Amino acid sequence: MGTFSTTATINEPEISRDDRGTTPPIRDGGDYGTRLRRARLGLLVALVPVLMLFVSFTSAYVVRQGLPTLDPRTNNLIRDWIPVALPRLLLLNTFVLLVSSVSMELARRQIRARAVMETALGANGVSSGDPIRMPWLAMTFVLGLAFLFGQWTAWKQLAANGFYVSTTPSSSFVYLLTGAHAAHLLGGVVALLIASVAALLHRSLKTRSIIVDVTAWYWHFMAVLWIYIFGLMKFVS
Amino acid sequence: MGLVLLVVIWLITLVSTYFFVAKTWWLPAGASAAAAGIDHHFTVSFYLMGFVFVAAQLALGYLVWKYREGGSSQKASYSHGNTTLEVVWTVLTTILFVGLNLASSSIWAAERFRAAEANAVHVEVTGMQFAWYFRYPGPDGKFGLTKPELEDASAGGEAALGLDTHDPASKDDVVSGVMVVPVNREVEVILRAHDVIHSFFVPQMRFKQDAVPGLAIHMHFTPIQTGEYEIACAELCGLGHYKMHGMLKVVSQEEFDKWLAAREAEKQ
Amino acid sequence: MATHESAAHASHVHAAPQGFIRKWVFSLDHKVIGLQYYFLALAAVFVGMFLSLLMRIHLIWPTATLPFFGEIKPETYLSLLTMHGTIMVFFVLTTAPQGGFGNYFLPIQIGAPDMAFPVLNMLSFWTTFLGFLVLLAAFVVTGGAPLHGWTGYAPLSALQSAGPGEGLGADLWITSIAIFCIGALMGALNFITTTLDMRAKGMTMMRMPLTVWAWFVTAILGLLAFGVLLSAGILLLMDRNLGTSFFVPLVTVNGQLTGHKGGSPLLWQHLFWFFGHPEVYIAILPAMGMCSQLLSVFSRKPIFGYKAMVYAIMAIGFLGFMVWGHHMFMSGMSPYTAFAFSIMTMGIGVPSAIKTFNWLGTLMRGRIRFTSPMLFAIGFVSLFVTGGISGPFLAQPVLDIYLHETYFVIAHFHLIMGVASIFGIFAATYYWFPKMFGRMMNEPLAKLHFWLTFVGAYAIFMPMHYYGMSAGLRRYSQSTEVAYILKLLPIQRFITIAAFITIASQFIFLFNLFWSMFKGAKASDNPWEATTLEWTTATPPPHDNFGGRTPVVKNGPYEYSVPGAPRDFVMQSDPEIKPKH
Repeated sequence: MGTFSTTATINEPEISRDDRGTTPPIRDGGDYGTRLRRARLGLLVALVPVLMLFVSFTSAYVVRQGLPTLDPRTNNLIRDWIPVALPRLLLLNTFVLLVSSVSMELARRQIRARAVMETALGANGVSSGDPIRMPWLAMTFVLGLAFLFGQWTAWKQLAANGFYVSTTPSSSFVYLLTGAHAAHLLGGVVALLIASVAALLHRSLKTRSIIVDVTAWYWHFMAVLWIYIFGLMKFVS
Repeated sequence: MGLVLLVVIWLITLVSTYFFVAKTWWLPAGASAAAAGIDHHFTVSFYLMGFVFVAAQLALGYLVWKYREGGSSQKASYSHGNTTLEVVWTVLTTILFVGLNLASSSIWAAERFRAAEANAVHVEVTGMQFAWYFRYPGPDGKFGLTKPELEDASAGGEAALGLDTHDPASKDDVVSGVMVVPVNREVEVILRAHDVIHSFFVPQMRFKQDAVPGLAIHMHFTPIQTGEYEIACAELCGLGHYKMHGMLKVVSQEEFDKWLAAREAEKQ
Repeated sequence: MATHESAAHASHVHAAPQGFIRKWVFSLDHKVIGLQYYFLALAAVFVGMFLSLLMRIHLIWPTATLPFFGEIKPETYLSLLTMHGTIMVFFVLTTAPQGGFGNYFLPIQIGAPDMAFPVLNMLSFWTTFLGFLVLLAAFVVTGGAPLHGWTGYAPLSALQSAGPGEGLGADLWITSIAIFCIGALMGALNFITTTLDMRAKGMTMMRMPLTVWAWFVTAILGLLAFGVLLSAGILLLMDRNLGTSFFVPLVTVNGQLTGHKGGSPLLWQHLFWFFGHPEVYIAILPAMGMCSQLLSVFSRKPIFGYKAMVYAIMAIGFLGFMVWGHHMFMSGMSPYTAFAFSIMTMGIGVPSAIKTFNWLGTLMRGRIRFTSPMLFAIGFVSLFVTGGISGPFLAQPVLDIYLHETYFVIAHFHLIMGVASIFGIFAATYYWFPKMFGRMMNEPLAKLHFWLTFVGAYAIFMPMHYYGMSAGLRRYSQSTEVAYILKLLPIQRFITIAAFITIASQFIFLFNLFWSMFKGAKASDNPWEATTLEWTTATPPPHDNFGGRTPVVKNGPYEYSVPGAPRDFVMQSDPEIKPKH
């Protein structure tokens, strides 16, 4: 399978390209391998600011948790962090998201196999995949929506227990972290929709495979991110 | 063109350096114990960085004149650099910069790493949009409690601070719109703010510290010269930032005792 | 099916777009997008300069009634100041050098036909443009633009009741910045992917021009920093509108409790400056790359110490993330932490000094041609040195006790960002104008522009050091209330006069720019006799940059005056040179 072959980091200026140079740019009808590598590199770069956003939220979380503030009534410094009781529903949502990651990966491999086959046989090659194709992509889409719906329901449960966004600092962070994650996951769901619609728009199999591939890695990142957020809210209190 | 550049760059450099050397517009005379050390370090920094400034600018002006096309040099020298030179000036620069910083660190440590002395005068300084209030703990040596709900800026004084009159410790607190302190004695300020960030700045004392809501920041300085010194707010706090100023009066110990006693008597 | 697909693919990508909208509005061509960014920055800088002019007038005539504006109230001054800073830092200094010239020339200088993701590139411009509109909207809503400074410290920025303009105006300000973050991140993505993955054959990382290195490292800084700013903006919006208390402790405004408690104003400062410090390096690095480029071209000499220059750019970028606390020495931060930050800050002065030495080394034993780009490059060095020298003062906490929040700080950052970086933009404009528009700019007008701006900028900002040494404080709408500041008014008068003249001189540039587009002398493909790849292609470059061919690089970017070579410059795609030493 395609490995991710970018070589340069900012601390290693001498990379081994030499006169081999880069492969031809997309404009020359660039090959599948180049386009895939470039798309994956782009995704990796794009994930950095997403990571930084949540690193920043985490540092705010940690700082706020430990923060003593001056209570002018007593002239004393007090800590006012009250952990939020997280709805059990979040565990189910986590499970749903992990399953969706599995189906996403299966979708990725499925379409990649077909794209690689097409590359090997040429664009005119007969599509030789088995006639029954599991709708992994559709399944991921549905599971993604289910996760988002589950998060929304969890929010309603929190509110029913009296924890709104401004109730306590800890509740603010719960809404912030889950909300920011959900917004990003929604982006992934939209990407899945585009990937599905792409077939109807006669985008080539290779193009669709690249869209699905990039979305899949994004999706897995979102799943890992969710585990992290959940762990932060549950165990760092 | 090379000559014009040289002349203009040299002129700008020398004229601006003149104003620094002549101290035409300069720090006001220092009036605190820390000022001498800080001002000395200013001088050292100005000499060292001033030397670098002048040398670099004069060199720039000289080089663009000397190596102009049509001047004495006919062919540029094909050189990619000189590694030894790179290493040398990197090391020298590092020594200069880090050394300069370390040289000042003892003053920083003396001013900020230690708490106030035991016999310091305690003054709580509170900033609010757009005035400073100063509170003295009174004979009991304790600052009384304040409650945000009790604040009433229009009433001034104790009410502006929201002093809780039910707290016994607050009965003898003296609140003043002017900060009065005795000379040659350490002053511990406890900085607070009611609404947004303000900053307490007295140029002659070489003293500045932000007053942050939610915090009570303890700092100290020692005035060594009697006089009246303007306090200016040094952190943007709203439309009245430019007029949020106060007055620091440094008086003799006897005068301070008299003034404080009189104010404390009013509280009986 | 397959034939249909590949043909569709080819025609989608190969052919130059037709039609005004595809060609000039929603263009996918990095060159057009670069020009769009440039002209956005040009509009922004004139707005920003105008705001500063109003500020300068108010400072010396606080009670004056201006035509059309009427009297400028203290809160209006503060909102002018806020918007001036925000517009200049984001929509000029982060837009023109990177989004403008970077977009136009990075692909060409590395031998690529476009950026990696052209659609994303187009979206990044329009996002940035939208951000600018949202920002300007703050001027016209109820309450007007916010007054909390471009740094937006909480609680002032977090409480709608803290001052005029802190209502909807502040929300629009935050939203505009958030939109800008997204646009900038999209751009950074493109720059990094393109630099890593689309270099032509033979264009190794260590053969890239220093302009490319600068754009590349700047993009990395942006990638890491803008996410943090975005997070801070989100938290601030929540505090302002959803009742959370990330940044706001228990406070009262006008005697009213606000409903917030427990938050930390210092948290805002940490998050903001974690972004804010890399941001100032984002503002200066492209200009440094430009300066290196031009000093080499117009001294007819290789850059002195190319490798050291590359490492210095990386060191500045890396260390730039470790020094943010030097904006917070007086904030209530722990003095031990302050000490640590100050040592790191002195450290970051070292790579900047190395670059300065190397620029001087490039000039030494060169054969200098005083073209207008070269004048601005030389001016850049002078201004960067002046602005840089005040840094080590501010970096020492003991001195910062006195200097913090005075005009000394304003002098420092204006000389570096507000002048040196702008000189980088001017230099790049004069240099690349022939390649972009096929014509030369008028040289006499350019030289006049240089002299007026160079001397004028010093006249504006050098006196600010003296004002600051006298403890003249910044963000004061007028000096009438504090006696010792009032005594300094003559300095303000001098600065205002200098500002009038210098701002007026910029219209010479504006005129020259537009006049030369239509009436300038026709330019050859390589009027400066430079070596980098953009000069190997037609003027202006064709849609795919190199007219169907892909360059192959054999030489480094600064091969001037090579002994034994037929001309005094060897282009990067010329046959490999073997210098006869």
